[in-house]
Amino acid sequence: MRGVWIMADVTFREATRRKIVWAALLAGGAFLTLFAAAMHFQAKDLARYNVPPFIRYQVQSSILQVGFYAADVLAVLLAILTSVDTISGEIASGTIHAIATKPVSRWQILIGKWIGFAGMVAVYVALMFAGVGMVGRVVTGIVTPRIFLGGALVYLECLLALTMTVMCGTWFSTLTNGVIVIGLHGIAFIGGWIEQIAALTNSPHLATVGIISSLLMPSEALWHRASFEMQSSFARTLQFTPFANASAPSVTMIGYAVAYLMIAFATAIHHFCERDL
Amino acid sequence: MPLRWQILWTNAPGAPLHKADGFAIETQNLRKVYGKKVAVRNLSLSVRCGEIFGFLGPNGAGKSTSIKMLLGLVKPTDGQALVLGAPSGSVEIRRKIGFLPEDFRFYTWLTASELLKLHGKLCGLSALSLAERVPALLELLGLTPHREKRLREFSKGMLQRIGLAQALIHEPELIFLDEPTSGLDPMGRRLVRDVIRAQRERGATVFLNSHLLSEVEITCDQVAFIKQGEIVGTHDLRTESGGEIRVVVSAQKLPAETVAGLTRWCTSIRKEDDLLTFSTNSKEVLPEVHRYLAASGADIFSFTPERLSLEELFLKIMGEDRGL
Repeated sequence: MRGVWIMADVTFREATRRKIVWAALLAGGAFLTLFAAAMHFQAKDLARYNVPPFIRYQVQSSILQVGFYAADVLAVLLAILTSVDTISGEIASGTIHAIATKPVSRWQILIGKWIGFAGMVAVYVALMFAGVGMVGRVVTGIVTPRIFLGGALVYLECLLALTMTVMCGTWFSTLTNGVIVIGLHGIAFIGGWIEQIAALTNSPHLATVGIISSLLMPSEALWHRASFEMQSSFARTLQFTPFANASAPSVTMIGYAVAYLMIAFATAIHHFCERDL
Repeated sequence: MPLRWQILWTNAPGAPLHKADGFAIETQNLRKVYGKKVAVRNLSLSVRCGEIFGFLGPNGAGKSTSIKMLLGLVKPTDGQALVLGAPSGSVEIRRKIGFLPEDFRFYTWLTASELLKLHGKLCGLSALSLAERVPALLELLGLTPHREKRLREFSKGMLQRIGLAQALIHEPELIFLDEPTSGLDPMGRRLVRDVIRAQRERGATVFLNSHLLSEVEITCDQVAFIKQGEIVGTHDLRTESGGEIRVVVSAQKLPAETVAGLTRWCTSIRKEDDLLTFSTNSKEVLPEVHRYLAASGADIFSFTPERLSLEELFLKIMGEDRGL
């Protein structure tokens, strides 16, 4: 396992040195600042119009979901864009040759890289969720329910995107890999919203299309479950708001996403061990 | 051996890493096919332990694919390869192997010291060993003033040097060098040559792939020529008697039938005016040939045997490039 930790360490340091990470941190910081300002002015407006505390709580909780959703999108994009060339790019440049001829197994190289990126994304998700949670707490006094569970589900979504990126990187060039993974995430995004509309309109055909999309790539389903977990019990009954859920993905779907991730991970290891470098 | 080399290599010269009669590399009918393209056709070669082995061939001959198969980076389609007695690609055997890829590249944010430490750790070296080996290798390769520079600031030649250092960090028994002098100035080339010789003195085997035939000629013990994925010849550079000899004779009144009669000793014959040039595979026949020419009544002004340079041998085996 020594090789795994050496690779994880160098990958984490490599990932954190990339400009995209700093861009994502800057974007996240700018977003949190704007978000805090918006929440502050909205809280003042709600107070000025004497909105009843219960309604005020529900409105502000819903807007907090926007913050978490932005954190989710930034984290997923970061997971994909930082790791998109880690395998394919190093094969193309020949960097991998100096590593793969050392006394470490290829599976150790791949797992080490995965852990390195997973660590970097964990820090980012933690920072963003802590930021949005703090804004909610300080500006509005709202404590987001089950924020750790929501953060864990979003992190799982990032790991799923990361694993798919690493897996496709063992087959395709950097550019093709990026197109495939972002395309898959796009399918999941559309599918997730189709499922919500299906639940609202009670359309079984739409629901089937949505479920098939989520089965193809269950990443967005994880966000919907995370969002569901972080809503107040009243908001859950409201059915549909832009960032809340009419239909929460089941625990089975979460299990499916975990199995999907594990199969993708095993496939990535197998193909990386077997392929020519 | 200069003192600094002796300090660097803990395996002192005279204590060979292997039995002299052992083979560091043995391949049998190694073959690699990519789709319809045969990259390596039928590679059978043996490299003795402690030897500096040159692997020569034109671009696209299959040199890099062959090296990659020996290192386990590429899986052979067919055939067998044993490296230090184990199947190629074995993780354990890689502890004893060093590799400098052609056009060495690595994470550009690492400093030279960090890069060597990383590769040393991957090879299982302890912190204590690294504390000794890293500064010593940087000094050896003339990179001490640049030890804290990031690789992005390195020139191509400096990258080659640090690449060579990472290949040697764990004192490997077998070292693969793919175009090690690429991008190096004459001093750098000399340095690499010295490093390679120091490796031989400590008993290591070096497998050298280079286009610079003059470098190969003064460094290697043995060379193999690969053409279209197949070994088409080997040549021992240590033996004076081995290889083809070319003889240039300046003579007048040389009868045509005498020239034709040279075919019993010679592989090629050319006559232009008073100059006769022929090639033979053995210097033992030269006195007899000289007597034969003199007996024909010709006036012989000079009889000069010349050994073919590696470049001439290479061109002879590979054929002239008819690309232009």
